[in-house]
Amino acid sequence: MDSLIIQFSRYAILFLMTIYTLQSYLVFGRREDDDREFIFLRQNLMMFMMHFIAFVIMFLETRNRDILFLYGAQFIYLAATLVFYRNLYPRASKLIVNHMCMLISIGLVMVTRLSLSADRIDAYRHFEIAAAATALALIVPVIIRKVRVLTKWTWLYAAVGIGLLGLVAVGASETYGAKLAFTVAGITVQPSEFVKIIFVFCIAGLLGRAKTFRDIVVATAVAAVHVLILVCSTDLGGALIFFITYLIMLYVATRNIFYLAAGFGSGALAATAAYFLFSHVRVRVQIWQDPFADYAGSGYQVAQSMFSMAAGGWFGTGLMQGTPENIPIVEQDFMFSAITEELGGAYAICLILICMSCYIMFVNIAMRLSNRFYRLVALGLGTMYGVQVFLTVGGAMKFIPMTGVTLPLISYGGSSMLSTVLMFAIIQGLYILREDEEEQIERQRERELAARRFF
Amino acid sequence: MKGRGKGNLPPGDFSERQIEIPEFVTEREQPVRRAKPPGKPASKKQRNKVYGRVAYLFSAMFLALAGYLVYFNISLAEQMRANPNNHKMEEQKQYVVRGSIYSADGEILAGTNINENGNETRIYPFGNVFAHAVGYTTNGKAGVEAAYNTALLTSNTSLVEQVEKGVKNEKVRGDSLILTLDSRLQQTACAALGAYRGAVVVMEPSTGRILAMVSKPDFDPNRMGEDWEYLIAEDAGSPLMNRALQGLYPPGSTFKILTALAYIRQNAAGNAYEAYRYDCSGSITNHDVTIQCFDGEAHGSEDLQTSFQHSCNTSFANIGLGLDLNAFADLCEDFLFNQDLPTLLPYSSSQFKLNSRSSYGDIMTTSIGQGDTLVTPFHMALVTCAVANDGVLMKPYILERIENSQQTEVQETKATAYKRLMSVQEAEVLQSYMRSVVEGGTGSSLWNDWYTVAGKTGSAEYEVDGNTGLEENFSTHSWFVGFSNVEDPDIVVSVIAEDGGTGSSAAVPIAKAVFDAYYSENGYAVW
Repeated sequence: MDSLIIQFSRYAILFLMTIYTLQSYLVFGRREDDDREFIFLRQNLMMFMMHFIAFVIMFLETRNRDILFLYGAQFIYLAATLVFYRNLYPRASKLIVNHMCMLISIGLVMVTRLSLSADRIDAYRHFEIAAAATALALIVPVIIRKVRVLTKWTWLYAAVGIGLLGLVAVGASETYGAKLAFTVAGITVQPSEFVKIIFVFCIAGLLGRAKTFRDIVVATAVAAVHVLILVCSTDLGGALIFFITYLIMLYVATRNIFYLAAGFGSGALAATAAYFLFSHVRVRVQIWQDPFADYAGSGYQVAQSMFSMAAGGWFGTGLMQGTPENIPIVEQDFMFSAITEELGGAYAICLILICMSCYIMFVNIAMRLSNRFYRLVALGLGTMYGVQVFLTVGGAMKFIPMTGVTLPLISYGGSSMLSTVLMFAIIQGLYILREDEEEQIERQRERELAARRFF
Repeated sequence: MKGRGKGNLPPGDFSERQIEIPEFVTEREQPVRRAKPPGKPASKKQRNKVYGRVAYLFSAMFLALAGYLVYFNISLAEQMRANPNNHKMEEQKQYVVRGSIYSADGEILAGTNINENGNETRIYPFGNVFAHAVGYTTNGKAGVEAAYNTALLTSNTSLVEQVEKGVKNEKVRGDSLILTLDSRLQQTACAALGAYRGAVVVMEPSTGRILAMVSKPDFDPNRMGEDWEYLIAEDAGSPLMNRALQGLYPPGSTFKILTALAYIRQNAAGNAYEAYRYDCSGSITNHDVTIQCFDGEAHGSEDLQTSFQHSCNTSFANIGLGLDLNAFADLCEDFLFNQDLPTLLPYSSSQFKLNSRSSYGDIMTTSIGQGDTLVTPFHMALVTCAVANDGVLMKPYILERIENSQQTEVQETKATAYKRLMSVQEAEVLQSYMRSVVEGGTGSSLWNDWYTVAGKTGSAEYEVDGNTGLEENFSTHSWFVGFSNVEDPDIVVSVIAEDGGTGSSAAVPIAKAVFDAYYSENGYAVW
């Protein structure tokens, strides 16, 4: 009987996911605020139903009471996040809040599911970090409103960012061939995740006031130092994310397509040079070309990822029915393959579309901000997110060579979770700021009109 | 003030609250966001254009990801599921009883018996006969069992049965495979190959269906556990390797089909190839390399057709020396040398190494099917299929259809063209040349009143122990490729008998047995 429920539940999950995804695009067609509000609430319902079904399956499969406890805690957390945002920040973009909760809930489900197959994964810890990060993020909009000097610390950002990355390059322990993390007092921190945010603030400061070509050269040099340190730490994914984000920010700040073209051109040259200079780059490219050439060695991970995705097909094997744990470090770099295997290719396409909707919303918000610095910050942070999703999803399905970055908000890993939630919160904070300003302008104008009428 | 143009803002200005930089007010813009003003300032429009471009760029990247996922599921997923390293489906064993495999004529080739304790045993009623084609499931997987593992462990049974079994917590029956293999042709081919090591492939050129596939030495898939040590022993002659798909052999004279095609194509203007003349004295020497005809026989004056009919080595070495070698290499790559073959079954890629920098010796030996060229019997069957099917190679397939346990069709393979490899005219010329081989050449023992055959024999020399160059170390594989019912070809047969001597001595009689069986009333050969 259980197997029957499990077999049919995957269609229910896919159905809910499809409706959710469709609604996140259809909502743009609605003019009335009430209509939109109704769609947003319905999206929340979809998310809670998916979360519930997933936990029912995991409980039926394991009969483990911890699952029930985790479900309760996660439900309260997701509901609280939505309630807090609605009440504290009614002007926040509800679509982004919904997407953030949706992506986090998918991550919670998948991490819980993978923790049942692999001891190294601690579902409680992941949940605690998500909850703590979300709680911390709630004060970010307040900080943005109150602390106006955030925009002035350009060189401090540069110093801190380069300093942290340098420290990692020199002193960090090596995991899976890349130097990424420090362990301080039992807590492993990945500083590059936080430097992402600092970097965007720094570049926004530099480009925001750039007037001459010399200013652009300075900004480019600062960005280049970041990227080069990451390359030296063999964090290729990180280097690529910083590099592309800088190019996009430069393009938007200068509106000069030549910079973008020149940037990608020199990037391609640098990548070619790296291919011939560094053996680990060559290995990544060889794996991408044919993971089966060295199946038992370097190609194993990507080959397993291919098997996972193939096993899933369109509709997935069903939660708990596949073996995504066969992919080494599935919980970080190959979360997308695990999702595709158990929840299906169609579900995974919906997931990509949700990430795309996030990015479009970020650009949309950036475009509507009136302050040049904030505009660049919003676009830069959004682009960090977009590039990272592209690299990890593309790498997992062998569309591009694997770069070893996490799927934001979904993958297991505290630093990535915290920094992404903060990014979302900062963009929300900027959006709220803008909405407040608009209201003020509107009020001021009404006052003027009233005054005019009075005279 | 012109709004936020290119860096026309004093440094530090951006830090001010927007309300204190009255952009909206000075520009007389409607401050309400949703009501867009008709006369927006140009700079803002430009700005939005740039943001729009970025949004489009990233949307395109995300859609490319989604598109690739669709492509993966349509084109790559099946191949990944068939990969021999893929053990994903093992999990399904707890829910699904492995499906059965049938031949095209309804014989059961593999089935699962369940005893009263619920233990499952995989049974192969034909034992060795289908060993390589159908494969095995103990000590790894091979053949159809490996390639279609996913289908066999997937149940598309009726909803009613799924619910019924689900409630009772019983296993459902996996889907059955109906193959294109014909049990009678397969048995005939297996018996005809006899004690030779080698392979036989029988195909239907008009559809690409694989009718028989035999490789020897073979094994009993029912006894994999017991026989394993013996099967993997070094001196066992690699019985687990499917020589039909994975055995790489020098093609010998069967390769003259492609050399002849290259010559015809390169001398097509005004049918100039018909004017080819060569006087065979039994050997040809060029830059210290000598090529001899079989037994040093001198064929005298020949044209292209008689050169082919007599399988004249000296004439073909001469032809090779006059070819545009890059065009020849392109032709062979078109014919899937150095390329992936269109099949899910595991195979070895054939190789062809000639190019414009090759030495005279390499050119001459390669033109007669020796040199560095290596090919599988399956690949030679594909080449022959293309000739027989008037130039179009049909995509080869071994899976006719998938049925659920109630015999309702789940999926059917449709015959599809892989590619046109030569023009109809070229194919017709080759057909007539191959016909002449049977009419009065090395394949004349296939001449009969019952059915017509066209083909090409081959004797592939190879060195037994490494590269000593000593005469006594050379041995000869016996090849035959051909098709029957020349006007409207029915089947293609590709045979190799290792160390069988000349093509006509070993391979031709094996092929004859297969043709006889195909045209006999009961489907078996008349012995």
